Amino acid sequence: MTDTLIDISGVWKAFDDHSVLRGLDLSVDRHEAVVLIGASGSGKSTLLRCVNGLENVDAGHITLDGNLDVTGFKTDMDVVRRRIGIVFQSYNLFPHMTVLDNVTLSPRKVLKRSAAECRDQAMTLLQRFGLAAKASDYPDRLSGGQAQRVAIVRALAMEPELMLFDEITSALDPLLVGEVLDAVRELKEGGLTLIMATHEMGFAREVADRVCFLDAGVVLEQGTPAAVFGSPQEEKTKEFLARILK
Amino acid sequence: MSASTTAPGAPEVYFDPVRQAHRRKRARRDALVGMASLLGFVLVVGFAISRTSGWPLVQETFFNGSEFIATFPGLLDAFLLNVRIFLIAEPLILIIGLLVALARDLRSPLLLPLRVLATLYVDIFRGVPTILVIFLLGFGVPALQLQGVPNNAVFWGTAALVLSYGAYVAEVFRAGIGSVHSSQRMAARSLGLTSLQTSRYVILPQAVRNVVPPLLNDFISLQKDTALVSVLGPIEVLRQAQIDASSTFNYTAYVGAALIFIALTIPMTRFADWVQARMRKRRTMAGTA
Repeated sequence: MTDTLIDISGVWKAFDDHSVLRGLDLSVDRHEAVVLIGASGSGKSTLLRCVNGLENVDAGHITLDGNLDVTGFKTDMDVVRRRIGIVFQSYNLFPHMTVLDNVTLSPRKVLKRSAAECRDQAMTLLQRFGLAAKASDYPDRLSGGQAQRVAIVRALAMEPELMLFDEITSALDPLLVGEVLDAVRELKEGGLTLIMATHEMGFAREVADRVCFLDAGVVLEQGTPAAVFGSPQEEKTKEFLARILK
Repeated sequence: MSASTTAPGAPEVYFDPVRQAHRRKRARRDALVGMASLLGFVLVVGFAISRTSGWPLVQETFFNGSEFIATFPGLLDAFLLNVRIFLIAEPLILIIGLLVALARDLRSPLLLPLRVLATLYVDIFRGVPTILVIFLLGFGVPALQLQGVPNNAVFWGTAALVLSYGAYVAEVFRAGIGSVHSSQRMAARSLGLTSLQTSRYVILPQAVRNVVPPLLNDFISLQKDTALVSVLGPIEVLRQAQIDASSTFNYTAYVGAALIFIALTIPMTRFADWVQARMRKRRTMAGTA
């Protein structure tokens, strides 16, 4: 029996009268790393935003750990977001707070932990991602790669069961992509469940347990990286890979 | 991260001595030319004005030394009332402004009445001239002869300033809240912070920082507008100057009052500049040690 952590079924989502998600199904097991690939506009970002309730679905259900209906009318979204972390393309650190305060804000205010406890936890995490020396810096003193790693640490500090990465290397200088991907690799090795939208095909091939190709709002093809990259079945997948890998 | 690429032993910065000497020389020359030009301008304009036929009368009427000495202490004394009005009004304006700004952005349908009230308040008090509000409250409310309501002119004058400026400051705060990018709210909410916590810890601190310069600008304006309370009768600095001028037909007292306002507003504008510079510096320099 598989151990499903998140179950997405029949999700529709439109902006104005354009449907971005068209009855999408996807389920992710605990400790699994799923990479979403697909052209811009194929629905990767929208899907991730729906999963932690930043966008409301138009139809369908998303269930976390078999017991929390993310799409329920009466669901407290703050509870959902405590259990699902997300990192964005544009870091979105809080510019008026130091790195340490960025990381500890949510554990202190949401989980009501003591300042000392949050500090210790934050410093351990920052240490793990090579950021301890930056703890008292403000975000505008960080490089893009450092800022994105702080954003990852900030999300991790809430001890989420699931992490979502929304094209987190797309805004980075090519030289800085590696350090951010290393951080994600480390999380994967630590057994965290993650869903990642990315254009880094090399990384997808290396880290993903499963690759999902999104097209026109549905998962058109999915499988192990070897299967999807090595012998894609669908015409559209072949086209996409040919364009992006050339 | 930023490893130095220079060879060991190489200096961090290097200036060509000839180029540097040239730069220094040019800076010295620019300073000298600037000073000489300014001095020449002042001399020429001053000389021209003092040679006009009307100057002695202007000097006698506005810049009379003995009149100045006679009236200035009284003006300073009266100015204390302006300072008191300002010091009481300012914190109240900040509180009202912030509360009204927050009320105008409420989303809960249950709190719609608050939102409507706040919008009405801003619409009305931003549209009505401050002096009209002062007349309305200062003369109107005491005329009602209500039990337990003060009929003190300074009280109602200050209340009118607070209401009038509160509407302006509310709009300044609201602009500040709007200036914080929506991705900040999204990031905060995605970390599990509630809407209220997001406003309190993420949006408002950034919003307030963004509006410190326009707020200080409004304070400077308020310092001047304390003189409007004079229409209700209290002897503040403008009223005092008016009394002095009307008893001697000499207007030096008005110039004295103007100098007192300038003496307060100029440091305030410099303070505003300093605060901005310090904010920038603090954010970019922190943690470099």
